[in-house]
Amino acid sequence: MPPPRIYKTAAIVLRQINLGEADKIITLYTPNLGKVRAVAKGIRRARSRLSGHLETLNHCMLVLARGRNLDVIDQGQTVHGFSSLKENLWLTGCAIYAADLVDSFTGENIENPPLFDLLLNTLSRFEEGQSPELNRHYFELHLLRCLGYRPQLRSCPGCRALLKPVTNYFSAGAGGVLCPNCHLSVSSARPVSSGALRALLLLERSEYGAVGNLKLLPEVSREVEGVIRGYLSYLLEGEARSVRFLDRLRRDGLSGSA
Amino acid sequence: MGTGFVSTAAPVSRLMEELQQLPGVGPKTAARLAYFLLRAPEAQARALAEAIVDIKEKIVLCSQCQNITESDPCPVCQNPARDHSRVCVVAEPLDILALERTGRYKGLYHVLHGLISPLEGIGPDQLKIKDLMARLNVGGVQELVLATNPNLEGDATAMYLHRMVTPLGLRVTRLARGLPVGGDLEYADEVTLGRALDGRQEM
Ligand SMILES: [Zn+2]
Ligand SMILES: [Zn+2]
Repeated sequence: MPPPRIYKTAAIVLRQINLGEADKIITLYTPNLGKVRAVAKGIRRARSRLSGHLETLNHCMLVLARGRNLDVIDQGQTVHGFSSLKENLWLTGCAIYAADLVDSFTGENIENPPLFDLLLNTLSRFEEGQSPELNRHYFELHLLRCLGYRPQLRSCPGCRALLKPVTNYFSAGAGGVLCPNCHLSVSSARPVSSGALRALLLLERSEYGAVGNLKLLPEVSREVEGVIRGYLSYLLEGEARSVRFLDRLRRDGLSGSA
Repeated sequence: MGTGFVSTAAPVSRLMEELQQLPGVGPKTAARLAYFLLRAPEAQARALAEAIVDIKEKIVLCSQCQNITESDPCPVCQNPARDHSRVCVVAEPLDILALERTGRYKGLYHVLHGLISPLEGIGPDQLKIKDLMARLNVGGVQELVLATNPNLEGDATAMYLHRMVTPLGLRVTRLARGLPVGGDLEYADEVTLGRALDGRQEM
């Protein structure tokens, strides 16, 4: 049976680019169809019925019609626009980064409902004022888990020995944390203190509710950031573009929540 | 290039290829335009070609407001009748035309030539923000009107500018949200835009 010509779906808007005079191509993330790129006709005109509903990061309900090349968005209604998140520069940057990672790591039409839920919950937590840093790292680690790139954090990928609470070494190429012995045979491994490893494990193995109040020491936080960032850019063969904006805000002293 | 015109003479296909580089022009439109110009009187084709060359040779950016202009400083920046204590920040030169059509704004402008767009890798350094900060540091400006599009990029840019100019102690206002969210400023009608100007709010 051919798929229906018209379908309805929830979606989070990941990004958009202009097309022609007044149209846009909108990249959506949906629970059951994964990433979908669709055309929104006339949306840049002030009087378009769609305008405002399909802003980037919006959670919306859409009716789409199958097209020859790209599907066409026929109706759209915002479920939640995250407007208070969007009034905060740092949170906006963090939320854009989350959307950017989902876009960068997924192909079109590959369903992954847990990833949709993760993104939606992450945006909600940014908006609720949960620790942006913890929320961001939780998101990164659980995104990797949803996509099958879970890093090995419990036993050494080299010799399979359980990791001891000493300084071990993260290797993106090995896909996890190597023990002090095995790291000697790998050129680019990054030291991970036992505190940072515990934090990574806790973030990766827990529900958000269990770790939301975790307080990371600044040096542990820097290590966690370094490990995850190194691993993500290894997998993406380069950094996500939106990372640069977060770096820039930090440099300008604008990474606070004000 | 897949235009379907296999036996097209080389100069025509070259024109079609150039036209296809323009925004919103696909192979079919390019072919239609090329054949229109082929049949048009020579004077008309020449006028178009000269107009295109002129914008490259005669247009510069105003060293003050970064708008495109034939003379530097531009007529707006040079006009003593305008309120030099007020600067309105816009993304594109076309936005100035839209705001001027309302006839309600008498201050100066500053064109950023884009908006902060983290997903496209466009940050403050790719925009005329350093120039704006230099201009404000000179003094004399009392109000900064942020007239960026009411969408994620426009908001991010406005928030960034607001945070950056806070130490200067200026009045910072933002166009009111009478504007349809997600729309381009360029497409807003005069009434909506005029109202949005009148109702601009402190940031
Ligand atoms: Zn080992
Ligand atoms: Zn000027």
